Amino acid sequence: MADTLQNPNPNNISAYYQTRAAHHGVVTSDWLAQAQAAVGRHPDDVLPPEPEVKVAGKPFSVIHEFNNWRNQPDLAEAVAAIRALAAVIRNSEATTMMELEIELKKASDSLKSWDTTSISLTAGCDLFMRYVTRTSALEYEDFNSAKSRLIERAEKFGEISYKARRIIAMLSQDFIFDGCTILVHGFSRVVLEVLKTAAQNKKLFRVFCTEGRPDRTGLRLSNELAKLDVPVKLLIDSAVAYSMDEVDMVFVGADGVVESGGIINMMGTYQIALVAHSMDKPVYVAAESYKFARLYPLDQKDMAPALRPIDFGVPIPSKVEVETSARDYTPPQYLTLLFTDLGVLTPSVVSDELIQLYL
Amino acid sequence: MDPRRAPRTVSDPKVRQVGFFAPGAAIPDRSQSGPPDHISSLPPTIADLSPSGANSLSPVMIPPPRHASAPLSPLRRDTVPVGSYNASDFMPATSPTAATSSSDDVAWVGRGGRAGAASSSFPGGGFDMPAASSVPASGLTTVSVVNLPPGLSEKAGVAAELQNDRTTHSKPLKEKMTKAERRALQEAQRAAKAAAKAEGGKAPPASSGAVSSANAKSAKAAKPSSQKNDNVTVAASEKKGSDRPPEKDRKKDVPQPRMQYDDKSRVEKAKKRAVVKQTEARNRVELFRHLPQYEHGTQLPDLESKFFQLDPMHPAVYKVGLQYLSGDLCGGNARCIAMLLAFQEVIKDYSTPPEKTLVRDLTAKIGSYVSFLIECRPLSISMGNAIRFLKNRIAKLPLTFSESEAKATLHSDIDRFINEKIILADKVIVKHAVTKIRDGDVLLTYGSSSAVEMILLHAHELGKQFRVVVVDSRPKLEGKLLLRRLVGKGISCTYTHMNAVSYIMHEVTRVFLGASSVLSNGTVYSSVGTACVAMVAHAFHVPVLVCCEAYKFHERVQLDSICSNELGDPDAISKVGGRGEINFLDGCANSENLQLLNLIYDATPSDYVSMIITDYGMVPPTSVPVIVREYGREHLWI
Repeated sequence: MADTLQNPNPNNISAYYQTRAAHHGVVTSDWLAQAQAAVGRHPDDVLPPEPEVKVAGKPFSVIHEFNNWRNQPDLAEAVAAIRALAAVIRNSEATTMMELEIELKKASDSLKSWDTTSISLTAGCDLFMRYVTRTSALEYEDFNSAKSRLIERAEKFGEISYKARRIIAMLSQDFIFDGCTILVHGFSRVVLEVLKTAAQNKKLFRVFCTEGRPDRTGLRLSNELAKLDVPVKLLIDSAVAYSMDEVDMVFVGADGVVESGGIINMMGTYQIALVAHSMDKPVYVAAESYKFARLYPLDQKDMAPALRPIDFGVPIPSKVEVETSARDYTPPQYLTLLFTDLGVLTPSVVSDELIQLYL
Repeated sequence: MDPRRAPRTVSDPKVRQVGFFAPGAAIPDRSQSGPPDHISSLPPTIADLSPSGANSLSPVMIPPPRHASAPLSPLRRDTVPVGSYNASDFMPATSPTAATSSSDDVAWVGRGGRAGAASSSFPGGGFDMPAASSVPASGLTTVSVVNLPPGLSEKAGVAAELQNDRTTHSKPLKEKMTKAERRALQEAQRAAKAAAKAEGGKAPPASSGAVSSANAKSAKAAKPSSQKNDNVTVAASEKKGSDRPPEKDRKKDVPQPRMQYDDKSRVEKAKKRAVVKQTEARNRVELFRHLPQYEHGTQLPDLESKFFQLDPMHPAVYKVGLQYLSGDLCGGNARCIAMLLAFQEVIKDYSTPPEKTLVRDLTAKIGSYVSFLIECRPLSISMGNAIRFLKNRIAKLPLTFSESEAKATLHSDIDRFINEKIILADKVIVKHAVTKIRDGDVLLTYGSSSAVEMILLHAHELGKQFRVVVVDSRPKLEGKLLLRRLVGKGISCTYTHMNAVSYIMHEVTRVFLGASSVLSNGTVYSSVGTACVAMVAHAFHVPVLVCCEAYKFHERVQLDSICSNELGDPDAISKVGGRGEINFLDGCANSENLQLLNLIYDATPSDYVSMIITDYGMVPPTSVPVIVREYGREHLWI
């Protein structure tokens, strides 16, 4: 495919986490604009300046569309991908179902290859493909009606994914009671939505935020929460066990939910889940359903590596090795419940849902 | 939990105190794995008790609390000796249960009593309701009735009877007297019929229940009658090739409880129709008396001499049976494929006798062959599933098919099953599993599993660098064969016995295990010793990957390795091959103080299993019932 995109950071640095840092770093507004422009420009460096002509010969590029969506920091990457794929169907000029499916597959592959370390992107694309193409309603004789049905399902999937955050926020309100203390790790937009909704519902609670090095996500999150007038306390990552006594529940997001029911999330989640489990504190995960991936890690090293350079502030001698992995895997036995747009689930239901969808 | 449950420890070998047996209550103890899943399905049916009347109650349902009706007891007391559950007196369907709690037992018993695989030889398979004597006849003990061998063909009758009993049971108390009187009458009729039907086994009373036919069709009856399977068909073929109502299909879906071998009379009856003459082992462990155990080596010479005389037996089936008996064929997949190929031969040579329909007659024939195979060696779960599949396909044959079309269809169905469910499934499993092997891994495996062997060989072909630790155990020492094959391909291996597994586990990175079956609660049912390896691996935080084709999944639930197992030849334990000087146990078989136990299978709890690799992908153990549910009906049985 002519417009195959290379990962903007070819030396195995995870673009996913770079982008998130750019989006969520503590920045001034013009820096943010610059960063956004930079992010938006990356694909263009590799692409010809004008929209690339796709293989099918149409002036439409799924990557371009994807980037249009992705430039809004509020929109999840996977949702942007889903929307882009829906646009592919809409603009497709294929005349048979097979052709359309092939186009979709190519578009999905190019999106996935844009960043191979992003689990939600891969999972979202795969789920979209399954959801859209498995329908038996595709047995229409007329291709156009089948196509419009496909578009319908694609739009619906996009809508669900887009609204997933609101649904999750609503579902989790029952679990936040007055006077509770919530420990949050990492900057998850879903968790932020949950807390925002709780604050709007006039619940009284306070939040402990871990600093979240090296992304310093905790700083950004505490900023946001302070705007909502929610009492926030910042902890350094090492102070989690120290403060766990006062905590009533732990809330984290997820980069991906794997088949065993465990989650892959920012580095430090596993640690916090272990501490919470040993102190009998519930760990709640807020994850949209398009993040369910068909992966099954057996241990921490069993995943595709996603590296993120860490800036310690002082130069590190070259002989010293640095662990730069950006994420870890939390096994399902340390998680209490998953809040998803499909409902409040236990970790073992993830495989149930995947089996029903995939087989 | 259960106050009536006596502890399992056998303090005095002469007195059986195992399971639900409460001294004096004369309630047979049947701890089986069958009941749990049946029981679990009972509660919902209870709700239907009142509304739908006759059709709502499954005969094996736990009856609602009864009020003791003393007058009924004396009727039973005379007929059934207290404290034993001999099947000689076939208690009427309603087994009196003194209390709701005991009714559980009865219900449980009933399920256990089904003439399982060995049904063919046991006409009645019937679970006799011994407990009847001490308990007032309030509840319906349809259970016993249910298990009646179809020899009576009155499954329907039985079911119907049960139904009636149930139905009436739900009626107000004052009707009980009438019912009791009716029961007394039925009992007398049954006894008469039982006497008349010598070979039919226990079922007679059930059949005599004239009430039968009407309610035969109830859906709930389907459950208890589900035992139909082999037993039913076997008995049917031997007795009358009875007509099976279409509801049988539904019943087929429910797994049947196995025959309990501690019941003397049933064992006697089974022996009468046995093709393979086996003598029971003399010195048997109390805890495992519900499993069959025969003197090893007594059957083979006898069978071999009969090879040309067994008319009803097809030579292909006979051959496979002999191979099972001698131990030439072992391993779930191998046994299943051999059996299916033998059945293909059977179908090829089959011709419908005059005045019979292909569907029923063939089903009956297959059933009789299955009973023969069971006599040679109890069925593995994979074989049981394959047989269910085959019977399902036979039952689903369109009536318009001619004989040759039907035979061709069945032939291709069997081919497709073997191909899709076993051969291709193995390929998919290998494809998934090799992604979990990284360079530098140390993989441990136990015994000899065909799936694991394929995985290791394929990973080696792909060029992955790893080494293998093969753990082996007596008496089979299957690991040696695996070791030979792996070393032959150039894989570096370590070989050790079970006693060193905790010594070597610290250097292991992954454990790959095969399975004979995976049950609905995630329990892995595999060759004995697997549980030990899995537990040690879990203690060392080593991930345990179980490789099992999906056709081996079963909806049964098993909590321990005792209630359902297989007993092998005890002499294999006392002798060490190639070392004649270790003969300390020679002649000890006759000692009263020594009992040798050679278990074949054990159950690994799901907590110790990290992942199950099937042809449906890599799933956590909690997803096995999902797969059974989603695909059991449609795909596993095609």
